Amino acid sequence: MQDPIEESEQIPMMQKLLDNPFLLLFIGVATPALLYLVWGLAEIFTIPVR
Amino acid sequence: MANTTFRTCPDTGLKFNGATESLLKANAVAAVVFLLIGGFYGLLVGLTRWQAVHLLGAQDFYMVLTAHGLNVLIFWIIFFEIAILYFASSVLLGCRLATPKWAWAGFALMVIGAVMNNVVVMQGQSSVMMTSYAPMEAHPLFYLSLILFAVGALIGCFVFFGTLVVAKSEKTYEGSVPLVTFGAITAAIIAVFTIVSGAIILLPTFLWSVGLVGEIDALAYRLIWWAFGHSSQQINVAAHVSVWYAIAAILFGARPLSEKVSRTAFFMYILFLQIASAHHLLVDPGVSSNFKMFNTSYAMYLAVMASMVHGLTVPGSIEAAQRARGHRAGLFTWLRKAPWGNPVFSGMFISLVGFGFLGGITGVVMGAEQINLLVHNTLYVPGHFHATVVVGTTLTFMALTYWLVPVLFRREIILKGLAKWQPYLFGLGMSGVSLFLMGAGTLGVPRRHWDIGFAATGGVTHEFPAAAYTMLALNGMSVIVAVIGGAAFCVIIVGSLLFGKKLGDQKMDEQWIATPVTDEEYAADGGSAYAIPGTIVLAMIFFISFALYYFINWKYLAETWGIS
Repeated sequence: MQDPIEESEQIPMMQKLLDNPFLLLFIGVATPALLYLVWGLAEIFTIPVR
Repeated sequence: MANTTFRTCPDTGLKFNGATESLLKANAVAAVVFLLIGGFYGLLVGLTRWQAVHLLGAQDFYMVLTAHGLNVLIFWIIFFEIAILYFASSVLLGCRLATPKWAWAGFALMVIGAVMNNVVVMQGQSSVMMTSYAPMEAHPLFYLSLILFAVGALIGCFVFFGTLVVAKSEKTYEGSVPLVTFGAITAAIIAVFTIVSGAIILLPTFLWSVGLVGEIDALAYRLIWWAFGHSSQQINVAAHVSVWYAIAAILFGARPLSEKVSRTAFFMYILFLQIASAHHLLVDPGVSSNFKMFNTSYAMYLAVMASMVHGLTVPGSIEAAQRARGHRAGLFTWLRKAPWGNPVFSGMFISLVGFGFLGGITGVVMGAEQINLLVHNTLYVPGHFHATVVVGTTLTFMALTYWLVPVLFRREIILKGLAKWQPYLFGLGMSGVSLFLMGAGTLGVPRRHWDIGFAATGGVTHEFPAAAYTMLALNGMSVIVAVIGGAAFCVIIVGSLLFGKKLGDQKMDEQWIATPVTDEEYAADGGSAYAIPGTIVLAMIFFISFALYYFINWKYLAETWGIS
């Protein structure tokens, strides 16, 4: 019988990621938050006032 | 206790938890009610933009347009999506629903928000369109109603995530969750980003409307609002693609061509779909070209690629299943032999084709900074999203509903002859709406404009070509066809729930879920089922259309300014 630790090590990294909904939730919120919201707001709020 | 009781559907073998079943029914019924209301307003909008009819006055037009957008783009769709989340978690994973009391509280907040919003808008003090751009001000209850609805939907998302935890801890499944559930996870993740973005901008706007905040920056409002407004439509994409996979499995016993590829495509959605919001800002001066191009082109194209993967693998999986079951002759026997008289299939397939050809291709055109200028803020934009959201999402959800009524509500569908034709009527009408709005937009007709003849504007005039008026008339006629299709759907579904034959625990004569295609069936004939030549031909037609249309728009752009 296979050792459970050895078995879990055989699961590819990508599958581990896709099987973890909370890690996906973090990535799925953080990525657009940084690329769209934070980047966009940083540009808007650094427009010179005059 | 209701939360630990289960009913096994005699037709599908699916296990319905008592609390889940009640919540599914409540959300699905609420969804159809708001579709009915929003669809009626859509008829009034279409008949007003038809210049020869011009049904409503200006005040009423903007009020009704606001109500139409919110009812069909937000309320109908999100109620249905919450039902999909509960179905994809509790039913597909065969477990109890986490915290049903919180789920009911979320549902109550959504109902209160949606009803309050309709009342406030129809009182005429909040005709600010769905976008409600500050500094244009609506009644405070307008913002509050949207906040309540959003909080309710957010609770629904977390009940979904909680149910995933319940299923894992109670070991109701092994290995990875099914692909349809994974698609629902994608939809829920996008929903969380969407709703949080909505809260970030709607809370201060509500405080501004009651005088507690001095001003709202118009540029920042637009940027954050679109993270809410556009991403809410990306929840739809993830949800309806999941339903496509579900229907392929339900009707054909099909399995995805490659689980890995399909899941990776959903992962691309999680990473990149929401940032497409930036295409609404392509003419905004406050953000740089770097921001615009990265978000709408480089990164967003990865999400577009994901949609093309789904567009290939869903029909591909159907073709492989059909070939495995013996429909091997020629390129398209598998498609010809598909159940075109079953609204579950016809609705889903029309949706798939319309979403790809009409919605997908035009979305990429609008996402390119340069050619976007040809159609920015014209009627082309509603033309595009009527293809993605109405032909794509609404028609898919309608198709699934035909399956859910007997399976979930245990009622037989009434008016089966009409049901057979309903997806065609609605699909044809809405495809016409989409095409003719885009045609008018290409001729420069602005969106959200009461009268392109400029009556009563005190001398402000612009002469649109006669073809633009024709496009608006054709759009009006298409709206009528689509509304007949939509009304038929509501009559069939509401009629079936009220008067359809009660099925109880008896098994129906028809088969309501196909037996999954086995490895042996796929392996028969040397495994030729996996070759999917028909789908490859369809994909090639799509690519050629895509390339031609894309470059035609560059040609239009090149003709805009003469070089001298």
